[in-house]
Amino acid sequence: MLRSFLAACLLLLSCLSSAQAQDRTIQDVLQEHAEIIAQSSRRTIGPAIDAIAGSGLPAAQDVLQAWQAKDMWQRESDGLFFKAERIDSSTYDLIDFATGESVGSASKDDLEQLKPNSGIRAMIGAALVQFQLNDPDPERRREALLAIQRDGEASHLPPLRASIEGETDPEIKALKETTERLLTISYDSNETARVQAIEGFKGSLSLDARAALNPVLTTKIVSADGLSESANIKRELRAGSRDLSVEEAYDLLVSAGLIETQPSLAERKSALESNIENGAVAGVPLAELSTQAARDRAYASLAQEGVVPAFDPNFTMEEAVTGARFAEVYDEPSEAVTDAAEATLTSINRAVGLNQFFDLSLDGLSLASIYFLAAIGLAITFGVMGVINMAHGEFIMMGAYTGYVVQQIVPDYTVSIILAIPLAFAVTFAAGVAMERLIIRWLYNRPLETLLATFGVSIALQQLAKNIFGTQARPLTSPGWLDGALSFNDVVSISYIRIAIFILALIFLGVFLFIMKKTRLGLETRAVTQNPRMAASMGINPDKVNMLTFGLGSGIAGIAGVAIGLYAKVTSELGSDYIVQSFMTVVVGGVGNIWGTLLGATMIGFLQKGIEWFNPSNTLAAQTYMIVFIIIFIQFRPKGIIALKGRAAGD
Amino acid sequence: MEIFKKNPSLPVFIAALAIFTLAVTFMSEAYGTGALSTSFVKTLGKTLCLALVAIAMDLVWGYTGILSLGHFAFFGLGGYMIGMWLMYARTEIIVIESMANAPIPPTPSEISDAIGTQIFGVVGSSDFPLIWTFAHSFWAQIALVVLVPGILALVFGWLAFRSRVTGVYLSILTQAMTLALSLYLFQNDSGLRGNNGLSGLQNLPGADAISQDNISIWFFWASAFALLLTYLIAAFIVSGKFGSVIRGIRDDEARVRFLGYSVEGFKLFVFTLTAVIAAIGGALYYPQAGIINPAEIAPIASIYLAVWVAIGGRGRIYGAVIGAGFVSLVSTYFTGGQAPDINLGFYTIKWVDWWLVLLGLSFVLVTLFAPKGIGGLFDLITHRMSPTRHGLPLGPDKGSLREEEAEK
Repeated sequence: MLRSFLAACLLLLSCLSSAQAQDRTIQDVLQEHAEIIAQSSRRTIGPAIDAIAGSGLPAAQDVLQAWQAKDMWQRESDGLFFKAERIDSSTYDLIDFATGESVGSASKDDLEQLKPNSGIRAMIGAALVQFQLNDPDPERRREALLAIQRDGEASHLPPLRASIEGETDPEIKALKETTERLLTISYDSNETARVQAIEGFKGSLSLDARAALNPVLTTKIVSADGLSESANIKRELRAGSRDLSVEEAYDLLVSAGLIETQPSLAERKSALESNIENGAVAGVPLAELSTQAARDRAYASLAQEGVVPAFDPNFTMEEAVTGARFAEVYDEPSEAVTDAAEATLTSINRAVGLNQFFDLSLDGLSLASIYFLAAIGLAITFGVMGVINMAHGEFIMMGAYTGYVVQQIVPDYTVSIILAIPLAFAVTFAAGVAMERLIIRWLYNRPLETLLATFGVSIALQQLAKNIFGTQARPLTSPGWLDGALSFNDVVSISYIRIAIFILALIFLGVFLFIMKKTRLGLETRAVTQNPRMAASMGINPDKVNMLTFGLGSGIAGIAGVAIGLYAKVTSELGSDYIVQSFMTVVVGGVGNIWGTLLGATMIGFLQKGIEWFNPSNTLAAQTYMIVFIIIFIQFRPKGIIALKGRAAGD
Repeated sequence: MEIFKKNPSLPVFIAALAIFTLAVTFMSEAYGTGALSTSFVKTLGKTLCLALVAIAMDLVWGYTGILSLGHFAFFGLGGYMIGMWLMYARTEIIVIESMANAPIPPTPSEISDAIGTQIFGVVGSSDFPLIWTFAHSFWAQIALVVLVPGILALVFGWLAFRSRVTGVYLSILTQAMTLALSLYLFQNDSGLRGNNGLSGLQNLPGADAISQDNISIWFFWASAFALLLTYLIAAFIVSGKFGSVIRGIRDDEARVRFLGYSVEGFKLFVFTLTAVIAAIGGALYYPQAGIINPAEIAPIASIYLAVWVAIGGRGRIYGAVIGAGFVSLVSTYFTGGQAPDINLGFYTIKWVDWWLVLLGLSFVLVTLFAPKGIGGLFDLITHRMSPTRHGLPLGPDKGSLREEEAEK
């Protein structure tokens, strides 16, 4: 009922304005104010802009835009205003504002360009806001609002308030109300309105709310003596506290003229330098001036002579500032506003903190899944088979480079990723099988030698990759649908690639469990690792099983390489960045148990993010402390989080 | 002399080292014909230091069976400790010289501030961190060369051996320690100038008048002397009862423990002692190299150390020396651009690019087919052939030697 009534009113209004338009054209409005428009002075132009903006004519927006863009010209012969388009250097095409049609050309000599200065252009811009806010296209309304949020002014407030009522789109209406509150906080003159607007943001996560509140709460520290009664004091301070160092307090007192300034160390030194006479200062030979005590003596004699300002040797800054009172004072005079802002900011910070915790947890989860992905191949080769493969990282790198090569051949990113995953598996599976056949099987009972031999393979592969692909990073571009991030609000968000890696890690966990528990290969693998001779006598070929298991672990490393390559740059050092962390993951989790690896990756991922949270600028320190933590952790659980017991433990 | 009887290689080694030192001296630019350039004398001196740390690695891995991937970290720490004094003392001289022209002589605190600004300007600081407390004193820093890596090895070893971490797990753990240390030093606020490292170490304080030709040969002598001492210490350790015990630990740790020996104590002693030897090697190496930065400590350096020992032949001291000398000199030859390119018609092999591939593969081959390494060649000469035990290991431990790696 109400809505139809409003619609009827709107209809009536538009009829009226169109009826009016038949009587009055925009040219009439312009002519009414022709004089002040031509005069183009910031002090007097106000009524003209208001009249154009308030005329309700459809051409008003065009006029303002043309005027602002310096496209409005006045014909000198009759004083009429036109939008003019340049034809050649001396001729311009004149366009009537009301009809939008050309009314013929004119010589430049007959035209006068209106050149509004920047102050006037800003006023026109503010007047244009109301048109943008009431634009029929909702997308342009949204853009205008976001522009105001970014860069608002006091003059935006009245048109914004006026436009809220007529807004039909509920989403944009909410945006308008938020924007109105933001502007109210900064620019309204009414204290109650500001307090209300501030309190409206309690618990909000929006960055703009914080950006609007922070300028309200700016403070400065001043000496409390001579402070006016009306000052809005945040708190009293003492010198030497955390927020006010002794030096700062001293400077404040000096600049307030409350204490006599004492010459500083540097000033005293330069005073000595400028008073050198015959290789001595005030009778003290220069050579003796290499201690502070001697310098003080020389300075005191100079001061006695009255050449330099006196210096009290007992003077210390601490003593000078003790007893002095200082206060932190808000720039904002109204106490009610600052109180409300403080309370709201506290509640915002609490909400933000909570959400940052969630965000950090998501980060930790995604880091954990990356570590898990990098380590799961090792969980097979190292955890199940007990083979140390230092070239595991290079298998990850091979997988990433396979993805890169596939992308060079298949330009469609989605197809190329789908192709790259099985191909990376195939390449690294083959490499793994080859390495097992050629090297590792000769060294099964010499684990330390395995470590060194596979390290040899690792440096050879790394250098080979450098020779083939060069040292610069190669891009592995993710398909378009993995771009962007899933954001829950302004604080909590996670990129789709990380979600994909998390899902991939879960899939791998499932595949690993399926192979180990449900397939013949898994059964045989477990049998061979527990007791190769017994397994052989039961008709299992240990050579073949070892080969396949190692190939499987290597193949998974290849797929992990594709996933890691998607979010990190592909270089020949990609693998070695992960190798130590991967081994740590397996060792911390407990060798020979996939759940242990999962727990290990989770623990390392979350802990690393947690440590980074304390010192976010320093990921190196986070990694250092992480490793130190792991070393200590292994003291208490040498066999990892989940230790194998009994016969499966192998010793 | 008991020690000579038990180490027939000792007189040969001493003679070889003496001849080598004399030959280099008479071919150097400072005291001889000048056939060897100063930079090559430095390379040779550095190689002797690497041989020294390789002996340490051989003691801990080849004799005790602990594959430590952290000994190059101790080497680097030793370098850092001596580098701190070198850098401080030299900067002090420069600062005092530049302040001498000031109208008023500087106070001690002004000098110290100026040195701090000079050294830490690159990392945006000017204050001396706590770890530079003793940097002004040569003898204190020399003591720290031994103490810092020694205490680190002692604490780390005590923690690791106490909880019976052995075999590959210990290797991974030592590698993690190395990685943690290098990552820590890479930070700008670590107090050791972050990834800039310490530089200008080849300029000895107060020795500007002496040419690098002389300094290089002096360091060469010092390195040779240190290598000799280390060789004697190592030979002494492995030839006595102590040597038998640590070899027993390598081949069958559990059995040695059941015999009543404190396996952890022996391991800890060897681990710490070799860490100190490595640190001394580092303290001699880096003044010749001129610069040290955290990349030198990266885990890969420690693995290379194991590679040298393996190629030279583990479980024999001269093997470590030969391995380190051979591999590092050949590396210098190939990566220095001196080796001629091989033109295959369709592709030109540039050794700068392909040397690491060759090294990696030859390392695999040595591990597979010549577990005795280069040192095994001497067995052919002396006809010290091992009895046929069909390649079985000498003990059940993971670190124990295989039959074909052991001497008779």
